[in-house]
Amino acid sequence: MARVKQKKDKRITWKEVKRQKSLLIIAFFVTVYGFIFYYWPLTGWVMAFQNYKPAKGILGSKFVGLDKFKFLFQDAAFIRVIRNTFCMGALNLVTTTIMAILFAVLLNEIRSTIAKKLVQTISYMPHFLSWIIVTGILHDALSSTGIINDLLMRSGVITNAINFFAHPKYFWPIVAFANCWKETGWNAIIYLAAITAIDPSLYEAASIDGASRLQKIRYITLPGIKPTIMILLLMNIGNVLNAGFEVQYLLGNGLVQSVSQTIDIYVLNWGISQNDFSLGTAAGIFKSAVSIALIVICNYLAKRAGEERLF
Amino acid sequence: MKKKKIKSSLGSKIFTILNSLFMIAFVIITLYPVLNTVAISFNDGIDAVRGGIYLWPRKFAIKNYETVLAMENLIIGAKITVARTLIGTVSSLIVNALLAYVVSRKRFLFKSQLSLFWVITMYVNGGLIPVFLLYRNLHLTGTFWVYVVPGMVSAWNMLVLRTYMLGLPDSLEESAQLDGAGYMTIFWKIISPLCKPVYATIVLFVAVGQWNSWFDAMLYNRMKTEYTTLQYELMKLLSSVMQQSGSAASASERGSAAAAITPLTIRAAATVVTMLPIICLYPFLQRYFVTGLTIGGVKE
Repeated sequence: MARVKQKKDKRITWKEVKRQKSLLIIAFFVTVYGFIFYYWPLTGWVMAFQNYKPAKGILGSKFVGLDKFKFLFQDAAFIRVIRNTFCMGALNLVTTTIMAILFAVLLNEIRSTIAKKLVQTISYMPHFLSWIIVTGILHDALSSTGIINDLLMRSGVITNAINFFAHPKYFWPIVAFANCWKETGWNAIIYLAAITAIDPSLYEAASIDGASRLQKIRYITLPGIKPTIMILLLMNIGNVLNAGFEVQYLLGNGLVQSVSQTIDIYVLNWGISQNDFSLGTAAGIFKSAVSIALIVICNYLAKRAGEERLF
Repeated sequence: MKKKKIKSSLGSKIFTILNSLFMIAFVIITLYPVLNTVAISFNDGIDAVRGGIYLWPRKFAIKNYETVLAMENLIIGAKITVARTLIGTVSSLIVNALLAYVVSRKRFLFKSQLSLFWVITMYVNGGLIPVFLLYRNLHLTGTFWVYVVPGMVSAWNMLVLRTYMLGLPDSLEESAQLDGAGYMTIFWKIISPLCKPVYATIVLFVAVGQWNSWFDAMLYNRMKTEYTTLQYELMKLLSSVMQQSGSAASASERGSAAAAITPLTIRAAATVVTMLPIICLYPFLQRYFVTGLTIGGVKE
């Protein structure tokens, strides 16, 4: 990605501006659009420091300083919500990354091209299904007459069907499994591309030295895709907090809400359902702040580690 | 030496067998739940509640589909979903491609500023509540346009397009300029035809996103049944409260004598209807999303 410095760096002339008129017009409209839809909502953050009343608007509402934030951190439910978001985010990140790497490495070892292509095509499929469908399917599979209880009862592990969605202890593993089921094949695409880029002569040399296939994976494939793994891992750590809405919202229920609610669900409940815009915004700001901090830290670490920067 | 070779080939065989078993298990775990849903959707409703249906319906029935296709909300949802997928995808592609074209012109005056302006939006956003209030103030809530306008420009898609356009040779633009072509002519006549593969990638990503989204329908158009979407209707069917009222309504619609349908089979049939278009299409678009993902992931 070497960026060659352009020699045509001429002065901006009136003629050049006129020639670029169409570009400038597009840039203008897109920037106006960006200001309205992406930058203007940031002014809404003021609400977090107010006792916002929709009837009075932002200009008429009373400022309360950090009261809303104080309320948040004294609310045991919010502390639980932070824990849930972090733990589920981390668990999902670790399990989906391991599954994707495992799948990519093992798929690469399949000799038959047709089988490889077929397995890969099937592996993408769940990515294209909406979370509504995936959680619906999961519900059926884990229901009392579903396949999981069926198999467990047939093999004699349990005598009565387990109601998986009624016990908090099952919720995080179910969410992690749902993420793995949906995204393993999709996430593996990038690792497979990285594996293809490894120099084949390394494998040939290793074969001549009598390396087994496991040894080749251990000493050639995995080190070869290590930069990709690092980059994606760091990139996704910044997104850990953003990955906590759809599954949890769709699979959660009253019995497991102590472990299922995430920051986004908390914002939705307080902000939209209870109409406390100030509290919802404050929780949203907290999430953004932590996310940005994570991204900056990861970017710094990536640079330190000598990997490509994230942005 | 000889011994070692035999040993390694034995190890290799064991590896091949275990690896194949892993892949078979993977394929079964991926496909089974989907095929099971299809089987349930073709089964008689009351019979299905007993469980024990695996890959083939036990008591074949087409009634579930008849019921689903007669549900008014689902039909409205399907129409809206098709409309938002078409309009949303086309508008998003045009705007993102134009923006990417502008920021990838090497001599454009504000190219770095404009790029930065959009990259920032990937990391900072106002959050749910301020965005909700904005859409309400703009009178976007309660309309169809809330599905199309807010997400039209996406920094990630723009960056994928930009990366691809930057990879095209500069000489194309220069020679066209010598022939007197303006920037817009170059975009439509020279750059766009060359960008077909990356356009296909963006179309795929945006279209799948549009087809699968439900949250916007729930949040902004909850009261507007005329703007409901397929996924949102499916969600209502799937959530347990709606399940009972939904099945009761459909049972009374069909008359109690013919009530051989249950929430379980109805949900299955609706799920199949909703996922069918995507499942039929995605295998043919593979090469596009593989390239798109590689560009986006590596060069971002």
